Amino acid sequence: MADEERKIEEQEEEPIPAWQLFYDNIMLLFFFGVAVPTLVYTVWGLMEIVQIPDLPSYSP
Amino acid sequence: MEFRTCSFTGLKIHKPAEDLIKWNVITAVLFLTLGGLMGLLIGITRWPSVHYLDPTYYYRYLTLHGFDALLVWIIFFEVALVHFTSAVLLNTRTVIPSAGWIAYSLMLIGAIFVNITTFAGKADVLFTSYVPLKASGVYYTGVIIFAVGALTAFGHFFANIIQAKRDGAYKHSLPLGSFGMAAASIIAVVTLAHGAVIMIPTLLWSIGLIKYLDPGTYRLIFWGLGHPSQQINVCAMVAAWYMVSAFVLGGKPVNEKLSRTAFVLYIFFINVASEHHLLVDPIFSNWHKIINTSYVMHLAVFASMVHAFAIPASMEVALREKGYTNGLFEWLKKAPWGNPAFSGTFLSIIGFGFLGGTTGVIAGTEQFNIIRHNTFFITGHFHGTVVVGTTLAFMAFSYLLMPYIFKRELIMPRLASVQPYLYFIGVSMVSIGMMAAGALGVPRRHWDITFSGAPFSFTFDPSVDMFLSIMGLGTLLAVFAGVIYVVVIIGSALFGRRVAP
Amino acid sequence: MAIKEPERIWWKPYTWDEKFWVAVALLWMLTTFTFMPVYHFIGKQNPPFETYRVRNPEQFTALVDAMVEKYKVGEEEGIPVVHPEPGSDVFLQASMWQWYPILQLEKGKTYRIHVYSLDIVHGMSILPINMNFMVLPDYDYVLTLTPTTSGEYHIVCNEYCGLGHHMMVGKLYVK
Ligand code: HEM
Ligand SMILES: [Cu+2]
Ligand SMILES: [Cu+2]
Repeated sequence: MADEERKIEEQEEEPIPAWQLFYDNIMLLFFFGVAVPTLVYTVWGLMEIVQIPDLPSYSP
Repeated sequence: MEFRTCSFTGLKIHKPAEDLIKWNVITAVLFLTLGGLMGLLIGITRWPSVHYLDPTYYYRYLTLHGFDALLVWIIFFEVALVHFTSAVLLNTRTVIPSAGWIAYSLMLIGAIFVNITTFAGKADVLFTSYVPLKASGVYYTGVIIFAVGALTAFGHFFANIIQAKRDGAYKHSLPLGSFGMAAASIIAVVTLAHGAVIMIPTLLWSIGLIKYLDPGTYRLIFWGLGHPSQQINVCAMVAAWYMVSAFVLGGKPVNEKLSRTAFVLYIFFINVASEHHLLVDPIFSNWHKIINTSYVMHLAVFASMVHAFAIPASMEVALREKGYTNGLFEWLKKAPWGNPAFSGTFLSIIGFGFLGGTTGVIAGTEQFNIIRHNTFFITGHFHGTVVVGTTLAFMAFSYLLMPYIFKRELIMPRLASVQPYLYFIGVSMVSIGMMAAGALGVPRRHWDITFSGAPFSFTFDPSVDMFLSIMGLGTLLAVFAGVIYVVVIIGSALFGRRVAP
Repeated sequence: MAIKEPERIWWKPYTWDEKFWVAVALLWMLTTFTFMPVYHFIGKQNPPFETYRVRNPEQFTALVDAMVEKYKVGEEEGIPVVHPEPGSDVFLQASMWQWYPILQLEKGKTYRIHVYSLDIVHGMSILPINMNFMVLPDYDYVLTLTPTTSGEYHIVCNEYCGLGHHMMVGKLYVK
């Protein structure tokens, strides 16, 4: 028993890799999940819409 | 206590979570029934030798088919998965069950609003309702109420996992199934936020409080709602695949890192693919189109390829552990093909990959899109993703929920065991028929491809008739299999033999 | 297991088959991605993006009417057929449920075709070659194109635009 417990504790010593901590941080993932599409798709798209020039005059 | 222990899985099941799952599943199935009925009617209308409905009803039922099948069935089922993965799977409780019931009621009320208005002929705008096409204000109100309900329901996921961690239900990492639903819930928030941003002004415009809405902006933001809602489905579907593999075969992800990376790539990049609806729209620059339609350099497609590797691999490993190790493929032969939860999942993976996924990546390429946009090819493509893929995966999952959550055995198990195959074949015929006809230019959302009453008439390649007949026959088969599904699920929920506690 | 919390540390190196698959998938994805922009330089058929905002529908109808008046060469079903100057700006207008006018283009000449909708969203599907573009109100979408095959083409509407949607068929000639 005591041995096993010590083993588990030893395991706990081993640090969790940073990437794993990142993947486990749902709120951080949430932030990126909202930010990326909002900026790359929506905001960029809206910027292009407001920059559309007016129809120039043509003489056919 | 409000907990019981499931005799099949050993999971500790919280009574309020169980009730929420039951009601959401049953409601989902009822709306699938309605959506499927509409699918039958429009399907046989587009079958040239039948051409059943007149145009008013064709467009009306097409509106309802899109809304009920694509949004209502799928999102109600996903809410059931929210509670399943954030409470049941973690052996913990659903916090504030009343919030779950409020979400449920809002979604139901919103869906009923939309259905009644559309049946009454006040919203023949198809589910995309592109402005300046105008529906009654009640329609948009219904959509908004539904979306608020859905947002509340997905918010519940986060509340549950935060509480679960506090209660020590998990230490560091969510189980992979729950992690997949976390991805789904994050995407849902993006989706429903876009929905609010565009549907509220549209409502105000429809009742005259706003004079003008820009049609280009509407399409941009609408697809920030319409497309990501498909990505919720993808995440939820993949999560269901992993879970069925684990429940039925005892399979475990061969590499958690690989599978989770794929979900993280979904969270970051999959939503921008909304762009593929806008590839031949005016306004957007080539770079906006390229970066977005490629899911930021195809990283989300890469993620799908990872799942396509990891799930069959986990099935193989599990079956080999059971001793089916002869040759390369004994494990595949000995898989539980008679179990509809397994066969449905397997067919969903195949169909999603080959029918839906590949065709989607092709049609979503800027240049190819010119020769596919708004043709029947697109409708064929997404019946591959959202019907053969998501719908079949959810059907398969609901066969598991019967004993686990409803505590009932399946009635008519024989019929249930062939249902996934029939549905797969039927919808594949629908999908392939549509894609073939679309490749020859047949438009989607079109009542009459002989153009009766038009000043000029165009004649399609004669093979189109054959492809549309394949679609028509597929429609009959798919609807037949759909009826079996509904009868088995509703019948089992009401009359199935109770399983021993 | 997908239904249980994984072991404490699951961030582990990939095995060789996983590495192999990841490499193949990444390579394939990057190739297909790279081809989209590259095709803009080497390809002949890319989605156009040139767009102008039309603040006032009369502005566009005036251009269409002027073109029809100057270049009209015939009439079919009450819709004028126009043969505009090769290589010029050409105007095509969609409305419920008509494509106006009928254009007659010359093979091998490059045109700037302005498409625009007077009322709601329409879809321009040129058949049988199956090329498709959206037509929006308030936006003038400029399709720069060079017809390569002569013949008679039809323009079918492929975005739902009300009960007459299936009657919205126009024509296009390449001589
Ligand atoms: C019995 C099975 C089904 C059949 C026979 C069927 C058939 C059809 C047909 C014929 C169309 C009309 C396409 C057109 O005329 O443009 C259609 C559209 C559509 N279907 Fe289905 N379908 C089925 C199930 C589903 C399911 C389960 C979903 C969603 C999960 C779904 C989602 C859609 C959507 C989103 C559209 C497009 C609506 C639009 O263009 O506005 N279908 N389906
Ligand atoms: Cu039209
Ligand atoms: Cu139309």
